[in-house]
Amino acid sequence: MCLAVPVKIVSINGDEAETEIAGVRRRVSIALTPEAKVGDYVLLHTGYAIGVIDEAEAEETLKLLEEIASLSEVH
Amino acid sequence: MDDSILLAHGSGGKLSHELVEKKILPFLANPALNKLDDSAIFEASGRLAFTTDSYVVNPIFFPGGDIGKLAVCGTVNDLAMNGARPQYLSLSAIIEEGFLLSELEQIVQSIKKAAEEAEVSIITGDTKVVNKGQADKLFITTSGVGIISPGVDISGANARAGDKVLLSGTIGDHGIAIMSQREGLRFSMALESDCAPLNKLVSQMMEVSSRIHCLRDPTRGGLATTLNELARQSKVGIVVEEAKVPVKEEVKAACELLGLDPVYVANEGKLVAVIDPTDTDKILGQMRKNIYGRDAAIVGEVTKEHPGKVIMKTKLGPSRIVDMLSGELLPRIC
Amino acid sequence: MKFIDEYQDNKLARGLAYKIAQRSTKTIRLMEFCGGHTHAILRYGIRQLVPKTVEMRSGPGCPVCVTATADLDKAIALAHLPDVIITTFGDMIRVPGSYSSLQQAKAEGADIRIVYSTIDAVEIAKANPWKSVIFIGIGFETTAPTIAASILKAQQEKIKNFNVLSLNKLTPPVMKALLDSGELKLDGIIGPGHVSVIIGSHPYEFIPRDYGVACVISGFEPLDILLCIDKLMEQIEKGEPKVEIAYPRGVKPEGNRKARQLMEKVFEIGEANWRGIGIVPQSGLKVRGKYERFDADKAFSVSLKPPREPEGCRCGDVIRGAAMPPECKLFGKVCTPESPVGPCMVSSEGACAAYYQYGTPENSQGA
Repeated sequence: MCLAVPVKIVSINGDEAETEIAGVRRRVSIALTPEAKVGDYVLLHTGYAIGVIDEAEAEETLKLLEEIASLSEVH
Repeated sequence: MDDSILLAHGSGGKLSHELVEKKILPFLANPALNKLDDSAIFEASGRLAFTTDSYVVNPIFFPGGDIGKLAVCGTVNDLAMNGARPQYLSLSAIIEEGFLLSELEQIVQSIKKAAEEAEVSIITGDTKVVNKGQADKLFITTSGVGIISPGVDISGANARAGDKVLLSGTIGDHGIAIMSQREGLRFSMALESDCAPLNKLVSQMMEVSSRIHCLRDPTRGGLATTLNELARQSKVGIVVEEAKVPVKEEVKAACELLGLDPVYVANEGKLVAVIDPTDTDKILGQMRKNIYGRDAAIVGEVTKEHPGKVIMKTKLGPSRIVDMLSGELLPRIC
Repeated sequence: MKFIDEYQDNKLARGLAYKIAQRSTKTIRLMEFCGGHTHAILRYGIRQLVPKTVEMRSGPGCPVCVTATADLDKAIALAHLPDVIITTFGDMIRVPGSYSSLQQAKAEGADIRIVYSTIDAVEIAKANPWKSVIFIGIGFETTAPTIAASILKAQQEKIKNFNVLSLNKLTPPVMKALLDSGELKLDGIIGPGHVSVIIGSHPYEFIPRDYGVACVISGFEPLDILLCIDKLMEQIEKGEPKVEIAYPRGVKPEGNRKARQLMEKVFEIGEANWRGIGIVPQSGLKVRGKYERFDADKAFSVSLKPPREPEGCRCGDVIRGAAMPPECKLFGKVCTPESPVGPCMVSSEGACAAYYQYGTPENSQGA
């Protein structure tokens, strides 16, 4: 049950946020993620932000993937 | 006249005449239409192409166009897809009682502009008014006649193994522009429908090549459905490369949000061309010179394997079947 | 698109696929429990990127598919009540119930509206104060908090005509039920990414502990899924099953506390009827007594004919992963997306629909 899309918070007004992804804007409820700040990326699911994306972890994952790819190239 | 359409506007009496003479005729005027005879008379020789389509789009006004523009472009394009030069259109409107005259005027203006751009004349028409609730605001039907030059044979059954498949530009723009207006989906974007008349683009392509085998516009059901139709009609297989299909970033994003696949989203100003590979560069070059073909690309080719089926080579390598759209395009949650 | 495009990179995918192939020494069977994963695995051709030693099965992760026929019949019956507006996520409309479908009910005059969010359902309730709006609440732990939030919002705004038919279900209990049944021997579980954003990773600890099965939580882009398979393989090859998060940008071990708080405030846990599986204890969410004003089950009563399953339909087997879609005799012949017999062919997360639409030329469409 999982279609959730990463969108960026552009502004916050109470428990609603204006978000944006590649030029598409959508108003979203942050009732489930009150800690979200402007500039954060959140996962949007059926009109609600369900979690804040951890950008540091995202970087780590990409680094890991790059490492794996470069090791494979050696062969 | 009042602000809105009344039943009397459709009854054939004074109000009907006033509606046509004041609100429609002045904008679409041409010698045949101006006569207001029961039928329009014109001369034509050679092979004729004839098509009809009804337009029931909701909302009737959308970013980049309206039902009027759609009604002209859709029929013009259907003629162009058989290599015909569109000449004359008929225009019937079924209007719901209470429809705003100001909105009707806007739509007539759109029809005028679109007809001018496509260089077609609307030579006959009809308006009817139905009780409130019996039509969703406005339904338009246009029929069109075009002339096919001798020797031209463009048909969905003509694709051959080895042919290249060209696409005139980005997919999904129209469908997503329409969805962005639907209440409940609530997203906003700068994206406009790609609704456009393609007959000049087609003429320009035909100027440089006589080896265009098929032309089709991927409207309802999107690119995937159109390619499947061609594969079935021609009894060939089509292989398309996902990475080569142009999609605007905003359309990708909107599709992500809604859980849709861009290849199933409707287009109203794009065409698919299946051509002999020898003329690929010439045709592509010509397409890119036209505003409606500036993002034209080679997206695939025709094969004799898996006839009737369309295979997509995905970005990551594996191939998968791309079937026609079944049912409606529904946003998903999962 | 940030956080999407980078995880679709070709070169990185090839690297992972190579590593997985190198590491694999024996046949292993993995199962995903999320319709979004079922869809992604087929859309991106993941099966073709991993070696044949990795067998992948789809478990009960599609909320539309696991909705019991009797519950769908109830929703359809509610749709026919006077002055009722049914609001539902799109996927539910075309699923055939015992005698009808929501789509058919709509054609017969019922007021049924597709919404993208419960927020829209509440708005519809506000705009139609003389009608009762019933939201068909399907979904797992990803969606349940959003439904809870909308009930609380309706309460806050004193909206009296908003109701939820709570058919929400929980994932770890159904995983346990499947593992207990022993019908399929599993080596690893691809954990649902967005359910885990809410519940974290701790609820899955029983899987390696009690069953010796590996569990890695995965994201939804192709690289996420391949990374998950890589980690599962590592655990399985080493014989060290545990719970791991392969989607750390989205999932924290403790999950989303606020979301769970809201869920627990509004819902209580009870048994649920899963299509193809039957009653699974402690696997469903019911609206708490405190909020019974918003509970469609309390507000309305309908009489139903006994539910019936379509003949020859193997959705139950497919939902449990016991059969692959092409193994169903109806697949692609009688049962197609245009004329679906069961829910697995209707919902785009259903295994059958995903297979039909995205299958490889050799194995799709029953052809």
